[in-house]
Amino acid sequence: MKANPKDVLTGVHYIDGDVASGYGALAAGCRFIAGYPITPSTEAAETYGRIAPPAGAMFLQMEDELASIAAVIGASWAGVKAMTITSGPGYSLMMETVGYGAALETPFVLLDVQRTGPSTGVPTKTGQADMMQSRWGAHGDYEVIAIAPDSPQELFDYTIKAFNLAEKYRCPVMIMADECVGHMTEKVVIPPASEIELEPRRFYQGSPDQYLPFRPDLDLVPKMAKAGDGFRLFITGSIHDEKGRPVKNDEYKAIYTKRLVDKIRLNKDKIIELKEENTDHAEVIVVSYGISSRVSIKGIEQARSKGIRVGSLRLVTVWPFPDEKVSELAKKTKAFVVPEINYGQIAFEVARCSHGRANVVLVPHGGAGVHRPEDIAEAIEYAAREEKKIEQVIEYKTRLEKLVFQSRK
Amino acid sequence: MDNTQVDNIQAKPAKADDAHPMDNLLRMDRMPHIWCTGCGIGIAVTAFVAALEKAKIDLNKVSIVSGIGCTGRVAGYVKLDSFHTTHGRPIAFATGIKLGNPDIKTVVFSGDGDLIAIGGNHFIHAARRNIDMLVVCVTNFIYAMTGGQVAPTTPLGAYATTCPYGCVEQPFNIPYLADSSGAVYVARWTVLDVRRLTNSFVEALNKRGFSVVEVISPCAQYYSRINRLGDGLDMMNFYHDHCEIRHGEDTKNLDIGFQSKIIVGKFVDRERPTYTESYNKWLARVDEGTKDS
Repeated sequence: MKANPKDVLTGVHYIDGDVASGYGALAAGCRFIAGYPITPSTEAAETYGRIAPPAGAMFLQMEDELASIAAVIGASWAGVKAMTITSGPGYSLMMETVGYGAALETPFVLLDVQRTGPSTGVPTKTGQADMMQSRWGAHGDYEVIAIAPDSPQELFDYTIKAFNLAEKYRCPVMIMADECVGHMTEKVVIPPASEIELEPRRFYQGSPDQYLPFRPDLDLVPKMAKAGDGFRLFITGSIHDEKGRPVKNDEYKAIYTKRLVDKIRLNKDKIIELKEENTDHAEVIVVSYGISSRVSIKGIEQARSKGIRVGSLRLVTVWPFPDEKVSELAKKTKAFVVPEINYGQIAFEVARCSHGRANVVLVPHGGAGVHRPEDIAEAIEYAAREEKKIEQVIEYKTRLEKLVFQSRK
Repeated sequence: MDNTQVDNIQAKPAKADDAHPMDNLLRMDRMPHIWCTGCGIGIAVTAFVAALEKAKIDLNKVSIVSGIGCTGRVAGYVKLDSFHTTHGRPIAFATGIKLGNPDIKTVVFSGDGDLIAIGGNHFIHAARRNIDMLVVCVTNFIYAMTGGQVAPTTPLGAYATTCPYGCVEQPFNIPYLADSSGAVYVARWTVLDVRRLTNSFVEALNKRGFSVVEVISPCAQYYSRINRLGDGLDMMNFYHDHCEIRHGEDTKNLDIGFQSKIIVGKFVDRERPTYTESYNKWLARVDEGTKDS
């Protein structure tokens, strides 16, 4: 189905990423956002709060993040597309309920505009250290989809895609933005509503007494119902059978858990989006996401000017992780360079999938800024030069670190 | 007996005249329930189901939301759109359901620990906003499901597993908290007063706004046992001898001490625009404004 014209602010805008995400949410048909202010994500909530009421949608600032995510899941079960917006500390608060939403296969979108952590960190500066948390944040087994946009335009486009994926797979979809892409102001082109494709919720159409809320379709995703239609649903966080009744034995648990993770794992090729360039004969491949992928463009340019054949793999979708692609590339290249604004998260995934065939060089960054392109270029040079096969992730010593730690000698 | 594996129970098929009038509102395939001998939650549920029938509301449009705990299991036994949510959050979930579909009447049915301790923040804010929902808070003065820990209502001096030398904290007075946060209907009954409780439920179900009915219940296996108060029947006798009905009493005076008098009745019944009403009125002005600009 197409977007509703009254939800779409068609035109050429010059806006920041947060605002673009707010516009994207409305365009995607989101009718409810509950959030709590937290730098650097607040503008997304404020934007939506401004554009939603005239379009018949609603924004409510809740008393805390816990209430926000709970209200979003409640609204989803009342039948509306819903989203919440937060950053690191709020993301941590929401985790229990994210798991609840995943267990109940509730479609919802969560925008995490990552900031420097840990703890309060530097609220106004960027970070990419919530990436592992987006997959493993809540206790127990479940799978989510996580997307790392690299620009305000992508924040608009991928907020819409996030809603589509959430409806298709009935799972939480994390938009793992960061303060840089959230606060950078760039051109965002919003097309007419007729060019925006939306995934509608797949409601069960049969009779209420035959409805099995958790009986999956062939793609492992069950059809959904909503409160108020006479289904007398029973929705519980306790492990449940197809009817939604809590069960305790391990046979049911196997069936249930396996489907919950399989519906993402087995549908990976339909979910994963990557941007691959010049990887065919590359000596070194830079694997990056989010703001680091933009800084990498400069770093790669500098390395190429030294004659090194550098390819790039940008992870638009970070979870599910593109195991097969990385494994395949590891056979063809000498080394991967993974710049990320953390001390190693996705780098470990790259290493896991390389199976020792290619070295993995992590270019870390503590946050409160982005990489210097020179650091990425120099790491690429080192990766191209290093002949030894090193199985552990190699932590490249950036100029910043050399500066800081040398001067202390 | 592990009653969550319903398939293992060989029940006699019900004959038509075996059916109970409330069967259509209870999830009979999940009976027997998990509550202990001497527990009052079942009585609260009976009163609630009776009220649902009396209140003449469209039952397809009622959603019941519970949290975690003994009372949190209520959603699983009542045949409405039922939500068994995370600890402390049923009011936040119910807010989402209500705002997602304002036609749905949301009822939160949970315990004093779930609603007032971990859920305290959501309780006061939903009351402040006057979100249209009925909150049934079953107060048994203890965290029963997890084995008898102290609750925010445990009276001064009472024992619990996490205050083995006696509780030194002043408990919350829930009607006072509800009243001062802005609830438009506040009542309290014990499970002894089944008919009055049912009537309060009917009134509250028909009331627009944030309504709170506190239900004082025995917890025979933990609170009463740890504090040597006898069994469920002893607690009911205690309520019989020590409850006083005082409608309209100032909620400040409704504190409950250890084995003290319990004041019950309807204390608050007032009118205030609900969140949805205020929102819609304001939205009309916003629409006017954007049309003019």
